[in-house]
Amino acid sequence: MAKRFKPQIATGNDLLDGDVVYFTQGLKWSRFIGDAWIATNEEAAEVLQKEASKFPNDIVGVYLTDVAIDDEGRARPDHFREDFRMRGPSNRPEHGRPVERA
Amino acid sequence: MYEYTDFDEAFVRERVAEFRGQVERRLDGSLTEDEFKPLRLMNGLYLQLHAYMLRIAVPYGTLNGRQMRQFAYIADRWDRGYGHFTTRQNIQFNWPKLQDVPDMLEALADVQMHAMQTSGNCIRNVTADHFSGAATDEIADPRPTAELLRQWSTDHPEFTWLGRKFKIAVTGSEHDRAVIKAHDIGLRLVQDDDGNPGYEVLVGGGLGRTPMLGKVVREFLPKEHLLPYVEAILQVYNLIGRRDNKYKARIKILVHETGIDEIRRLVESTFQENLARFNGVNQEVFDRIEASFAAPEFEPVYDVTPAVDAGLRSWIDTNVADHREPHYAIVTISLKGIGETPGDATSDQMRIMAALAEEFAHDELRISHEQNVILPHVPRRHLAEIYRRLKDAGLATANIGLVSDIIACPGMDYCALATARSIPVAQKISETFADIDRQRDIGPLKIKISGCINACGHHHVGHIGILGLDRAGVENYQITLGGDGTETASIGERAGPGFAYDEIVPAVERLIEAYLDHRSEDTETFLEVYRRMGPAPFKAALYPEAEARSNAA
Repeated sequence: MAKRFKPQIATGNDLLDGDVVYFTQGLKWSRFIGDAWIATNEEAAEVLQKEASKFPNDIVGVYLTDVAIDDEGRARPDHFREDFRMRGPSNRPEHGRPVERA
Repeated sequence: MYEYTDFDEAFVRERVAEFRGQVERRLDGSLTEDEFKPLRLMNGLYLQLHAYMLRIAVPYGTLNGRQMRQFAYIADRWDRGYGHFTTRQNIQFNWPKLQDVPDMLEALADVQMHAMQTSGNCIRNVTADHFSGAATDEIADPRPTAELLRQWSTDHPEFTWLGRKFKIAVTGSEHDRAVIKAHDIGLRLVQDDDGNPGYEVLVGGGLGRTPMLGKVVREFLPKEHLLPYVEAILQVYNLIGRRDNKYKARIKILVHETGIDEIRRLVESTFQENLARFNGVNQEVFDRIEASFAAPEFEPVYDVTPAVDAGLRSWIDTNVADHREPHYAIVTISLKGIGETPGDATSDQMRIMAALAEEFAHDELRISHEQNVILPHVPRRHLAEIYRRLKDAGLATANIGLVSDIIACPGMDYCALATARSIPVAQKISETFADIDRQRDIGPLKIKISGCINACGHHHVGHIGILGLDRAGVENYQITLGGDGTETASIGERAGPGFAYDEIVPAVERLIEAYLDHRSEDTETFLEVYRRMGPAPFKAALYPEAEARSNAA
């Protein structure tokens, strides 16, 4: 039996300030993981990878990562590394990143 | 201190201009990321988890007030008002914007500093004993050697693309404060039987995935042969070091696999060829450099009055070391405030440290690999005033060498390579042992924490080492015991299975309780007890369930 596909999103870092960004269904980049376009099968993940790689002069280090889905159908980090990327350094909360849109 | 020559000045400025052009070409899309990345790394610019990070070299950890002040300026103008001092005596800024970095480098060039060779597979910032020129047990100041190596290694065309990074440390003292045995090359200034100056040369030390202590490749190298000899080591490494596997590419693996005797034979034969090429000019350069490191003009001797204030006395006991001039002292400013991030300093704190150096301490500061700041030349009559001002700035924590004086790498709070956090573990240990009297009772104890196998936090040479790993998607911390980074160096031994994030601090507490239970007298240190008794009592404390099971069996 094929391994069950885990939902994935595309993430990377902004070329100018290095901040964490997520690729959206509108083919744009957002600072909020909740905006991320979620691929739910392998074909969708391939399309996501291809579309997200079309910004080589704006976004660097683009990769797909597994995510969990919250009750409202939005992506949430599935691994603690992605959680720290989303929240910013835990030792200096004053430099944390906003997780949700204000 | 060493002052840039016109050549140095022009060289650094040209490099800034070159990088400015490279950034512009990246921003307008003429350079791809693949093309740009090695260029930015050569200038100390990393891309981390949340932002870029600029790593600036503080050569052999020495700087003056003006340079420290410039760090404060850079922190305020282009970063977020603080910097992080590292285990390679460097400083890192965690939030620069790509388009600002050329201006930051220009500001550094204004004070004779740069960020070259703080990354990449080249010879990195040469480190040295942070008590250089001030220590009571010093044969000679190691910094002229470190500066000579810096000039020789900067942009050295043969060694810009080594198989892997290459680190050199130098000490001039018997007591090794520079961890020379954990470096690719470790140099110790020594004298031969006739009193001639030279070096004991070690090769093949390193921490990381495969920790190893350096081995003596030459017991006595005459001082004037330094460059041809070190160049020979690099040539042998460059030629036959492995490039097929980055985890086996450091010189320590080459030395281990080839054997020190064969390495010595190859190095000596290459060295003989090099001797003919080195025509003595490097000694003229060395003499010029050495003159620039002449000791400051010390004050005339006077009688020192003992401190009366209890807080001051306690701080002097822990943070102040003897200076080679008896009426002087070496002050270590702790960047390990209780619950603070090890090695971090705010721009205000940087300015205060700069002012103290300028007003009271011959305008000199040092960064230690233990992530503290040192005022190496302090007339003892100023200690009380320095203490008062440090206290006002939150910099008077009296914990040097104690349980809360922890080395911690940035870990997963910043670093893209990290597999777990280190800083919060350090913060929690420091909060757990906040009481300085308790810390003093526990005595000398070095806890070192790395957030990945690369071991920037030197955990292998911590009396208690902590390594953060990712175990099936959860942070997990392995403990090593009995490591030592000094002249009696040893690599810590793994104690057993790792601990979860919320279990690691209690585990450290149990270790310390076990030590207190087993020490034969108050002066026997943690490391001494470990060396006397071995790991058994500590393992029993770490894993009480396993202990109970084996007792029941």
